[in-house]
Amino acid sequence: MSVPRYWRNEVPRYRLMGRKCVACGARYFPAQPVCTCGGTEFEDIKLVEAGEVVTWTVIRSPPLGYEKYAPYVVALVELDDGMRLLSQVVDVDPADVKAGMRVEAVFRKVREDGPSGIIMYGYKFRPMVE
Amino acid sequence: MKTLRQVGIVGYGAYVPMYRLNAAEINRMWGTSGAPVEEKSVVALDEDTVTISVECAKQAVRRARIDPSLIGAVYVGTESKPYAVKPSGTIVAEAIGATPSVSTADYEFACKAGTEAMQTCIGLVGSGMQRYAMAIGADTAQGRPADALEYTAACGGAAYIFAERSAETVAYLEASYSYVTDTPDFWRRAKEMYPRHGNRFTGEPAYFKHITGATKGLLKETGYGPEEFKYAVFHQPNTKFPITVARSLGFSVDQINPGLVVGKVGNTYAGSSPMGLAATLDVAEPGDRIFMVSYGSGSGSDAFIFTAQDALRDKRGGPNLKGFIDRKRNVDYATYLRHRGQIIQ
Repeated sequence: MSVPRYWRNEVPRYRLMGRKCVACGARYFPAQPVCTCGGTEFEDIKLVEAGEVVTWTVIRSPPLGYEKYAPYVVALVELDDGMRLLSQVVDVDPADVKAGMRVEAVFRKVREDGPSGIIMYGYKFRPMVE
Repeated sequence: MKTLRQVGIVGYGAYVPMYRLNAAEINRMWGTSGAPVEEKSVVALDEDTVTISVECAKQAVRRARIDPSLIGAVYVGTESKPYAVKPSGTIVAEAIGATPSVSTADYEFACKAGTEAMQTCIGLVGSGMQRYAMAIGADTAQGRPADALEYTAACGGAAYIFAERSAETVAYLEASYSYVTDTPDFWRRAKEMYPRHGNRFTGEPAYFKHITGATKGLLKETGYGPEEFKYAVFHQPNTKFPITVARSLGFSVDQINPGLVVGKVGNTYAGSSPMGLAATLDVAEPGDRIFMVSYGSGSGSDAFIFTAQDALRDKRGGPNLKGFIDRKRNVDYATYLRHRGQIIQ
């Protein structure tokens, strides 16, 4: 990923910021330029950082840049306000992931552009720490 | 040192990654028999000083119950910056929503970089330059395989938000003191992977001299005796040093025990004494007076006196440091090397 492209998406990925359509109230993460209702005016919304695993898969043949993390879990997470997003789930053995598992957002390294390139950070989820 | 207006901690957070390497596993690897700590913390594959700092900072903001855009300074004290050139503080400030009206920098003073950042934040708030200022001490410390430091060099951190003293303050600052000399007991040259140290030279002329100097200096300045503190925190590179220095200065083991986390997490370097203070605040009651002294090789110590207020009880909810210490998974030596990026793929 190019440095400007990473940088453009820093705030939504660092802080879990989504967007809400002003016309119909539909919420998006990641942001979309046009709503399904046709609306193009949006306001920023902070996503809830807690939710539960709906379903998941274990990535054993990762794409370029993610090799050192395999095997890792990618899950569909339903946030407590009903929004759904895809995220890695970390700090857990892949065999221990279950539907309904309570998870919370954390800030982690997502990938590195080699040993001399930039380090890309963003959100992931982990089993909730009580 | 005292501020022109009263300053206190309005929110704090501390974090330790979930993986642990037991001293027995290091002994198995090298045929040795050391155990300066029981076990030490190890980062996950996707953690570094910045992610640890953000974890601590988010906890501190949540407990402080403030709008993060009002934080006017974010300083990260560490000796394990992910970038040699590029501030860690900018990433932390962006992640918590403190940008763009904010001053940030990374501090380096071996294990006291975190408390050096605290001194700066206290000065900024005490002078009225900033309403809120955040200091973080965090590290993913390096120890050369088979070196004595391999038993203890660990990962973790703590964050503190300072503000003018009010009913929202969890603990207010009575006074602070810094004691520094040029003492080359431990260092890492540019582009070197591991630090070097002077073995026993790191003890008497380094750790003990500077902690003793800072402690005596602050006690003299304030007129307090060791018995007037409910708790004390001394930099904890291993279990033995803080107990020895506490006793020699007239403090009891009971006073330091709540903050003595090194046996379970190892030496988190710039995070060490700040994590000890967090563990102490997690159990302190309003009115309790806490003495805290860091030590950083090179060398120096920062000493602080904090007194807990009523807001501490109300604000310290959510997972505390003990929760993160208890959430652990032990790994073998090979997994430890993988997590530290020491296996060539």
